[in-house]
Amino acid sequence: METKYIGKDGIEKWFNAIVASGKRVFAPVNARGQVDFKPVKKLSEVAGDYIQTTQSIKASVYPKAEVLFSYEKVNGKVNLTDFDPESVPETVLWKVHPCDAAGFKPLSAIFNWDTADKLHNAHLIKTSVISFSCAAADESCFCTSVNGSPGNTSGSDIQLTMLPDGGAIAEILSPKGEALVALLPSVFEADKGEKKEKYLVDLPARFNLEEVNAKLNKAFDSTVWKEQSERCLGCGACAFVCPTCACFDIQEDAHGSKGRRIRCWDACGFAMFTLHTSGHNPREHQSQRWRQRILHKFSYMPERLSVVGCTGCGRCSRACPVDMNILEHITSIAKQ
Amino acid sequence: MSEQNTYLPYLMTIEKVIKEAPGVKTYRLKFQDEAEAEAFEFKAGQFGEYSAFGEGESTFCIASSPTRKGYIECTFRDSGRVTSGLASLEEGSTMGFRGPYGNVFPMEEWKGKNLLFIAGGIALPPMRCVIWNALDLRENFKDITIVYGAKTVNDLVYKSELKEWSDRPDVKMVTTVDPGGENADWKGEIGFVPTIVEKVAPSAENTIAIVCGPPIMIKFTFPVLEKLGFKDDQIYTTLENRMKCGVGKCGRCNVGKLYICKDGPVFSKEELNLIPAEEY
Repeated sequence: METKYIGKDGIEKWFNAIVASGKRVFAPVNARGQVDFKPVKKLSEVAGDYIQTTQSIKASVYPKAEVLFSYEKVNGKVNLTDFDPESVPETVLWKVHPCDAAGFKPLSAIFNWDTADKLHNAHLIKTSVISFSCAAADESCFCTSVNGSPGNTSGSDIQLTMLPDGGAIAEILSPKGEALVALLPSVFEADKGEKKEKYLVDLPARFNLEEVNAKLNKAFDSTVWKEQSERCLGCGACAFVCPTCACFDIQEDAHGSKGRRIRCWDACGFAMFTLHTSGHNPREHQSQRWRQRILHKFSYMPERLSVVGCTGCGRCSRACPVDMNILEHITSIAKQ
Repeated sequence: MSEQNTYLPYLMTIEKVIKEAPGVKTYRLKFQDEAEAEAFEFKAGQFGEYSAFGEGESTFCIASSPTRKGYIECTFRDSGRVTSGLASLEEGSTMGFRGPYGNVFPMEEWKGKNLLFIAGGIALPPMRCVIWNALDLRENFKDITIVYGAKTVNDLVYKSELKEWSDRPDVKMVTTVDPGGENADWKGEIGFVPTIVEKVAPSAENTIAIVCGPPIMIKFTFPVLEKLGFKDDQIYTTLENRMKCGVGKCGRCNVGKLYICKDGPVFSKEELNLIPAEEY
């Protein structure tokens, strides 16, 4: 790892060099008040004043709907066309928050814990992450409670910490990061010795993860699930905006003799998620589904995959139409 | 990149179709690619994702025994979009298969023991794999008892095999139908599976009980086995939950922290005691 300084003009020149290299560049764009990652060509398109994008960057390494393979029926036989990793374009994600970049680790843990997931890995290999450390947070942010921080570099290839002069401290964290620097090395100057921590938002931890984990180990039959989920609509918004939720459905898209099998985002909050053909449903009630969501992220994943299924980005709380606030709920479980 | 696409199915030819019961069919499937056929191995208890191109995938056990080489069989009921798509296929048609997935029955550990198979309705297929596996290696096991029940005579599957097992001197075969499910020719037992088990079960001494059936049957059979003296590590079952991937990623088949697709589908009662029963 190497730390450099990049000036205000240097940032724009470097950004342009990345675009000119032919890679796809995604960055937060403000479209009618909603900030989300979109393809950009100019630095001026990138949104400035916001706390969090509505959607996480998850879709860049785990698309909402992705063709697993396609097929064609010919004279009673079936020809398969496999997913081609080469079809995935080189992509640079610009101005990613540390809590989003940190989501790559739990996502990969799910996709690769047993058999390797060729599709997810193809996206990962082609994706470079330039994160910006956080100088601001809101009441939904809690990265520091789930092993993160406003300057966490997990999942980042380069992290920029913006300085008052419009320049930035640039931490070059991986070979992919070095390759991005190599597109315009002249704008990267010697480190000026500025301490990154000085420019990070102060975000005290709201709960103790180990304490929560210990409580959850004994909470399966608790009444807390029903109490907390009584207002849940089961809309699944929390799962769709989450940087680590990976549960999926496999669907068929068939037209005559041709078709595609597609992996699509799904959500454990949906009533049909676990419904058997017989009509039996092991998670029939919303409280059982809410319990699954929390236990999966904060108990099952830490135990089985050695990673927490939450990065503290706060999106689920912001997106929830009925204010199911994960931070409040987890904090109250910790206090039980 | 040498990684394989887990979701890309093997192409299989339906070699034989057997109508088992109303809406229930068995397909014998052969690999279209010889190298794939050669490399394919599985063990009793494992399952797969079977696909009808144009409809999607469905999860069933491999119902044939690993001792029968060159093909696999699946038995399914026409009950949803995918299974009705599968049911409309004919001999010679192509379908997809992914697998084998999941853990296995510990048959090696059962050598020298008596085996008691208890199955209900459409749950005989996962047990049929183990039964044939045991019968093909008959000298490895002592007494073999099979108790199989269905709602009505019509609902019994594998009718010709039931007769074959029943005719064998080295198998004690008991078939039963629920009261009212019998017909004029019925020569088997009449009564619910747990009741019949209590009547005909061998001693628990050196015996492994393998139970597979609808949740209600399992719920009432476990106490009977307990009463007969079976310990929790002498009782095995195979569970099923809705699945999509079969490889521990899609997130829907877990029971507590365990995935039926990875940690199961085979569980001893001892293992079942550690996971929440309401999630299966």
